[in-house]
Amino acid sequence: MQEHTVKAFDDDIVRLRGLIAEMGGRAESAIERAMVALTQHDLDAASTIVAEDKRIDELEVAVETLAVQIIALRAPLADDLREVVAALKIAAVIERIGDYAKNIAKRVPLIGRHHQIEALSVLPAMAQLASEMLHDVLDAFAARDWEAAVEVNQRDRAVDDFYNSVFRTLLTFMMENPATIGEAAHLLFVAKNLERIGDHATNVAEMVYFAAQGKHMAERDRNDDLAEV
Amino acid sequence: MTDNSLNELAAHQRAQTPRPKMTARGVSVFYGQKQAIKNVSIDVDMDNVTAFIGPSGCGKSTFLRTLNRMNDTIGNARVDGEIRLDGENIYAPEMDVVQLRARVGMVFQKPNPFPKSIYENVAYGPRIHGLAGGKAELDGIVEKSLRRAGLWEEVKDRLSDSGTALSGGQQQRLCIARAIAVDPEVILMDEPASALDPIATAKIEELIHELRGRYAIVIVTHNMQQAARVSQRTAFFHLGELIEYGVTSELFTNPRQERTKDYITGRYG
Amino acid sequence: MSDIPQVELMRMPADAAPRRPTDWKTESMQRRIRRRYAAERRFRLLGLAAVLLSAAFLAFLLIAMLAQGWRGFTRTEIRIEVDFPAMALPLTPAALRGGDADRLLAAAGLEEATIIAAERTLGPGGDRLLSEAAWLTMREAIRDDPSILGRRAVLWLPAADPIDVAAKHAGDPRSEAAYARLRDAGLVRTGFNSTFLRDADATDPAMVGIWGALKGSLLTMLVTLALAFPIGVLSAIYLEEYAPRNRWTDLIEVSINNLAAVPSIIFGLLGLAIFLNTWNLPRSAPLVGGLTLALMTMPVIVIAGRNAIKSVPPSIRDAALGIGASRIQVVFHHVLPLALPGILTGTIIGMARALGETAPLLMIGMRAFIASPPGGLTDPATVLPVQIFLWSDEVGRGFVEKTSAAILVLLAFLLAMNAIAIYLRNRFEQRW
Repeated sequence: MQEHTVKAFDDDIVRLRGLIAEMGGRAESAIERAMVALTQHDLDAASTIVAEDKRIDELEVAVETLAVQIIALRAPLADDLREVVAALKIAAVIERIGDYAKNIAKRVPLIGRHHQIEALSVLPAMAQLASEMLHDVLDAFAARDWEAAVEVNQRDRAVDDFYNSVFRTLLTFMMENPATIGEAAHLLFVAKNLERIGDHATNVAEMVYFAAQGKHMAERDRNDDLAEV
Repeated sequence: MTDNSLNELAAHQRAQTPRPKMTARGVSVFYGQKQAIKNVSIDVDMDNVTAFIGPSGCGKSTFLRTLNRMNDTIGNARVDGEIRLDGENIYAPEMDVVQLRARVGMVFQKPNPFPKSIYENVAYGPRIHGLAGGKAELDGIVEKSLRRAGLWEEVKDRLSDSGTALSGGQQQRLCIARAIAVDPEVILMDEPASALDPIATAKIEELIHELRGRYAIVIVTHNMQQAARVSQRTAFFHLGELIEYGVTSELFTNPRQERTKDYITGRYG
Repeated sequence: MSDIPQVELMRMPADAAPRRPTDWKTESMQRRIRRRYAAERRFRLLGLAAVLLSAAFLAFLLIAMLAQGWRGFTRTEIRIEVDFPAMALPLTPAALRGGDADRLLAAAGLEEATIIAAERTLGPGGDRLLSEAAWLTMREAIRDDPSILGRRAVLWLPAADPIDVAAKHAGDPRSEAAYARLRDAGLVRTGFNSTFLRDADATDPAMVGIWGALKGSLLTMLVTLALAFPIGVLSAIYLEEYAPRNRWTDLIEVSINNLAAVPSIIFGLLGLAIFLNTWNLPRSAPLVGGLTLALMTMPVIVIAGRNAIKSVPPSIRDAALGIGASRIQVVFHHVLPLALPGILTGTIIGMARALGETAPLLMIGMRAFIASPPGGLTDPATVLPVQIFLWSDEVGRGFVEKTSAAILVLLAFLLAMNAIAIYLRNRFEQRW
């Protein structure tokens, strides 16, 4: 892609993408480490994750500020404009994802103290899926690759299926072991957070598509079927 | 947002269904051997302001001048193709150039009022075309034109002052009033605000908005933000060719042609 | 640590090494500055000197002419008592009111009457003190007021040329003595010479008038203007606005430029050959003079006109064309008014040159001695420069001051013409 005649404009866009990339990397890392802390019941790691979420919030503010300045001073048009608007929205989404990771870390002290819940062992795999979705969709944003974004969209189905099965498993477990309802409930929330992370990754995919194509992705069919018990 | 309010919002921005006023088909312009315009076809309609954008030397001003045959004044200019005003071919031998230029008015980049009084500037056109029956009628035309151009309140007490004593923005509005005074159907504007300060520019843009619908307006501009603000249809010219023509809001958010996109995002050259 | 990134508007260039600015204070720089100032001072002084030199020449010319010429406007007159009834002239007031007053006056023997009256007043030989043409003044007096024929009147008759010169302290001893006697007797006065401005040429310098030449110049200039201005301006308009740009028009432009530089006497030869010999127009008439001078003036007007029209900005033309003015309307409503100051300047220059031309008019015969002012365009006439030339050739002492006086009249004519043109030019400049 040819560079802007005013080189500083390119610098600004590069910086914007850099901030998004940094946010994305931090969010990904937060998800992975939260899951490790969860399975290993590592309280110190969990509190570190909670503290570091502040950095993601600061980055989101930075992205907003930079985006507004670019719009005011560079008057971007066409794909530049769409990219800046997409970056604004993606930053907000990543900040939410970071919050979900923080939320998971907050529940670490409350899970796995007394009981071993089997469902716990599948959650890392689910988190892996969601984290990969986030990673790939942010790569797609950096590369303006709308096809990769569409592909990421499809993977949300797997995450949703994962969630539904975990939901049923945990419900069955809770019914069989009423004493574990407290911890299992937290696990439910953890699973829900992971599922939301997957959904948010699809939101980012839609924005990537819009930035690249100038049209909106066809309304994807959300797998909203609630699991029946 | 409900469907209703969405529609209202869109209607304000949305271009209206076009009534074509001037149509150009296969127009090429040659200066001697050099071809300046290559096979351009485009419509100008009554209800939408049309903007021509493009880099320097792309031919947008040249094409604008073919619409009122101002290129006739240049010795070795030749125009091929067909341009019609309300269906009549303006390059046909039986078309009277003088009348054509009254029907298709022009406002230039640098304000060029006649070195006469403000009244005389506006009254000159109606007088030579015999549009006014007597002094009272001429006074009426002058007042109406100055009002439409948004200048009446500022100059009504000093109509006998020289036109060149006004500020740049006022001079340009005087030129617009002068063009309006002969009751044109089309107004061509060649970078009308490029020599003006931002406030004067804003007044001109507002004026264009008010004139929309009564006259078919074509504006050539270097300033893309101005084209975006002022027009409903935009045409992008490059090296004498028409690269893209479409609804303004779409062309500036999602242009179809790569060259258009490169130009408007500043990746040109 | 929250570093909110700022949008950089001006990126520092990669090679932003510290820059050593030029040292403007070194000795060599100061020397350059001093030399530059000195050169400017020198140039200003040179310009001033040039202006002063030109002004000095002009002043010298004017002062010399004025000094010599102002006396040409005065004339010495001697008081003569005329007893009309005693002289019994064959004239009566009633007869003079009739149709052939001139014939009667011519046959009335006024010359003898003048001599008699002079001898009666001044003594024997007194008529020699009077101008030979003094009787003309008596004739004028009778014509103006026929009733004096019935009484004794006092007439102031022009003195002879030596007395006139003596009155201006430049005469020979005898005339000086005679003048002194007259002055002591209170019989002489020197006053404004109205005949100089009223009459035409004459043999006696005391009686010459400039009016004939003045009227001739006026008529000639009129013809010149009437022909050269419209033709010149219209040609300029055509060449600038309508003519195509090709080899032919280039040739015409070169020809016109050369025509303006052709020596004026050639136009005289042209006039002689065509106007007089081929067309047989009356010789020495203002019509022919005007035609010849028009040929000479036209190229100047065309060149000035073309330049003036060229300097009208194309934006005015575009503006007029844009609202549907036709070619002619653009030219006459917009271009010409703006070009008029330049055209008028060119016309002033051309006409001033034409006014002062002698050689071509000599060629077409305007060098004759014309005793009465021309009545119309086809009567023989002379012009001011030619008159000056003729008078400067004359022998009589009195013609010296008359020549200078005539030069002053010519200069005044020129000034008047220029003033009118400048007034017109300023008026047009203001209006538009």
